Amino acid sequence: MDNAMRINPLDERMFGGNGVSLAPVGPRERISLRADEKTAKALGKALGVDLPFKPGSAVSKGGKTALWIGPDEWLLIGPDNGSISTTLSQTGKQVFSIADISHRNTAVTITGPNSTAVLNSGCPRDLSLAAFPVKSCSRTVFGKAEVVLWRIRKEEFHLECWRSFSDYVWKYLADAARSA
Amino acid sequence: MLLVHCPYCEEERPELEFAGAGEAHIARPANMADISDEEFEKFFFIRENQKGIVFERWRHIHGCGRFFNAVRNSVSDKFIKTYKAGEKKPKLTKAEIASVLPPAKGTPANEPIHTAPTTTGKGDAK
Repeated sequence: MDNAMRINPLDERMFGGNGVSLAPVGPRERISLRADEKTAKALGKALGVDLPFKPGSAVSKGGKTALWIGPDEWLLIGPDNGSISTTLSQTGKQVFSIADISHRNTAVTITGPNSTAVLNSGCPRDLSLAAFPVKSCSRTVFGKAEVVLWRIRKEEFHLECWRSFSDYVWKYLADAARSA
Repeated sequence: MLLVHCPYCEEERPELEFAGAGEAHIARPANMADISDEEFEKFFFIRENQKGIVFERWRHIHGCGRFFNAVRNSVSDKFIKTYKAGEKKPKLTKAEIASVLPPAKGTPANEPIHTAPTTTGKGDAK
């Protein structure tokens, strides 16, 4: 029997205007990793992405990204081919925990000069470049939803949210963008 | 909105990311099965609930997820400091305690807001 088809909850949605554009991020592999510092260093070597240890920083290499979430927690995002979990499960005797959250989360890209204004409609964080520079990330809140926010470029954000919250998050963003 | 310094994220974050988790520095008895009901009540239910300087547990639930401790004035809501879970109760200096005191009575910030009546009764309802 064929595998069940996964439907991206934000498929076919688009928004552009008022100096901001919203676009759903396609399928990705997402891994929630918990490990101590020594193990994390070894795992980073195996993955080819050095896991960040500086609070609130993100490291990208070769299409994979490691986001610092907590002192022993990282969110790993990569192409939708299972390569991260395959690599991690072949690292031998290390003790760590991984949870595949590829389908629990979905994401929206927010670009444009008004992107910070739109995000600040629901997120209380200071998103100025001094407080939240490029390549920083953090788990935070957007409206009533818990999200992971990652600044890819000066005017480009990646917003991870739970799949079940994605409709709410998208409508909130689009509504804020209309009045930005 | 309060800004709370998370000792793990090493920066100030908005209050919405945090959850309070009660009084700090309560040691769980090692011999839980042997203690009397009164001792258990004291450990489990009885809290100091001070008006003034309080030591509290907080959790950065929509952030790094960690529990940490904070010293705060429960009247003025101002924080003195936050520190990682497991660290010793910090000794506070007089200057630190004075810096979080609520405004004294008679200062504008501590007075209730009285709104003067704006209607005269004449000519308002047209």
